[in-house]
Amino acid sequence: MSLVADLLDGDHRALARVITRIENRAPGYRDMVSELHTHTGDANVIGITGSPGAGKSTLVDKLTAAYRDAGQTVGVLAIDPSSPFTGGSVLGDRIRMQSTATDMDVFVRSMSARGRLGGLSTATADAVKALDAFGKDTIIIETVGAGQNEIDIVKTADTVAVLVPPGSGDDVQMLKAGIFEIGDLFVVNKADLSGADRTVTELREMIRTRSDYTTGDDQPPGRIEPSIEDQTNGWEPSVVETVAKTGEGVDTLIDELDEHLAHLDRSGKREQRTHRRFTEEIATHVREDLRRLSTTEIERKGGLDELASAVQARDTDPYTAVDELLEPIRTCVESRTDRN
Amino acid sequence: MSTDQGRERQTIRCLVAKVGLDGHDRGAHVIARAFRDAGFEVIYSGLHKSPDEIVQAAVQEDVDVLGISILSGAHNTLVPKIISGLEEYGAASDTLVIVGGIVPEEDRAELKELGVAEIFGPGATMEETIEYVREHTEHR
Ligand code: B12
Ligand SMILES: Nc1nc2c(ncn2[C@@H]2O[C@H](COP(=O)(O)OP(=O)(O)OP(=O)(O)O)[C@@H](O)[C@H]2O)c(=O)[nH]1
Ligand SMILES: [Mg+2]
Repeated sequence: MSLVADLLDGDHRALARVITRIENRAPGYRDMVSELHTHTGDANVIGITGSPGAGKSTLVDKLTAAYRDAGQTVGVLAIDPSSPFTGGSVLGDRIRMQSTATDMDVFVRSMSARGRLGGLSTATADAVKALDAFGKDTIIIETVGAGQNEIDIVKTADTVAVLVPPGSGDDVQMLKAGIFEIGDLFVVNKADLSGADRTVTELREMIRTRSDYTTGDDQPPGRIEPSIEDQTNGWEPSVVETVAKTGEGVDTLIDELDEHLAHLDRSGKREQRTHRRFTEEIATHVREDLRRLSTTEIERKGGLDELASAVQARDTDPYTAVDELLEPIRTCVESRTDRN
Repeated sequence: MSTDQGRERQTIRCLVAKVGLDGHDRGAHVIARAFRDAGFEVIYSGLHKSPDEIVQAAVQEDVDVLGISILSGAHNTLVPKIISGLEEYGAASDTLVIVGGIVPEEDRAELKELGVAEIFGPGATMEETIEYVREHTEHR
């Protein structure tokens, strides 16, 4: 049997293997993801993000346990940064996710950022598909909330919860750098520490200010709207306090997450978001594939340096060089238009 | 048609596991850091895990290498449990299982017969351990 067939049959090892293929961009991974696609679309995908050490993994652990108690199966993707120097990393999230240890209906997978520029969100989205096709009811993605990469990852979720530890000016700064806009709800974790009340107040204040400005509904395709737009459709992000270490507040958080998912369904937002996500996904793949095709062609022509030298020697010019380079693609595209 | 199915990665994934009541974790930390510095992706199990937990983590994380660190002397009962667990999931044959810590000479043959590829005691250097892992995970 094929790996995908085994996965669909409920084989844990096959699921693990498929995710490895996806992570590695191993030969054949695209065909696998293609095969999986028809079997996806049933899972609720929750993104958990926030500054390093905010308590994300601890909270994911408690959420997982709660979902299991409610009879759901759970998949977790925990994404960790890798060392910029050696490419190696110690993936430390799993160690905090022990409440459901030995329960095979919880599938936890650690992924390293591994310096793939931009490719990480694609790999994550593909891994989510594997878990979805496997039949996981709820899929949780944990990622540190820093940088565009992380924002892209978490945008593949239906619902995004942003964790903010109490009483740190830095965190408010971080929130301003793009993470804030994608939060469907906010969690002040470590509510046992002092300063939690103030952070809650600050967050509520920020949410109020943010709902003062509105974005148009007619955004260009290929852009996922920040969830600020949801407010005009009746969703105001809530602020929940939790103590992940003890589990306090987790039930309330689950209620809020459920509420948001229900809101997505009620308002038709889920369909819209999914649609935009696929628009984005297709656009990304097209960009990536074209980039690869052109790289191959450039190499065939002796590499960019070779071309640059020719331009420098006035044997050719940049426009002509590019025209020649892309000739095969252009010819192909144009001969196709004739048929339509 | 898909033009590009991607390139093969050569990042080695490894689970460093502490099993049973054994609280000696210095060696496990040392080895986890050395593996990381060698460019591996390392998942550390934490202390006091049951064999089942180790098996679950090794299967789900799809590691190339399972490195079990044992200094308690309980290797003869714990390692077989882990290996049979891996077998249950069809993961034993292509996971490189290595053991480190305090394992008396007379126990080594039996562990190797079970499927442990190599045993690294206190005398083993990081360089040779890393080299060994690189060599034995190549064709996975
Ligand atoms: C330090 C130490 C402790 C510390 C541990 C601190 C800690 N957090 O780790 C403390 C004081 C807590 C301690 C307690 C005990 N200890 Co003690 N301890 C030692 C000691 C002196 C050194 C261990 C050490 O840290 N070495 C340094 C590290 C870096 O080396 P290492 O662990 O061997 O790791 C190297 C290799 O083995 C290998 N390796 C290790 N793991 C892995 C994994 C992989 C994947 C790979 C590839 C390689 C690898 O690579 C490492 C680097 O080269 C040893 C004796 C010795 N010389 O080994 C006794 C020793 C391990 N302890 C022993 C005992 C009996 C105990 C106690 C039961 C003592 C008691 N009677 O109370 C308790 C039990 C505690 C518990 N809950 O498990 C015995 C074990 C006997 C046995 N196996 O039959 C030993 C061997 C002492 C002896 N000769 O009797 N201990
Ligand atoms: N006081 C307190 N500590 C907590 C709480 N939740 C988590 N912690 C502690 O915070 C530390 C970090 O927790 P993690 O769950 O690893 O945080 P994280 O956000 O996943 O960390 P990274 O993945 O490294 O970014 C651990 O020591 C936890 O025990 C909480 O509610 N209160
Ligand atoms: Mg974490």
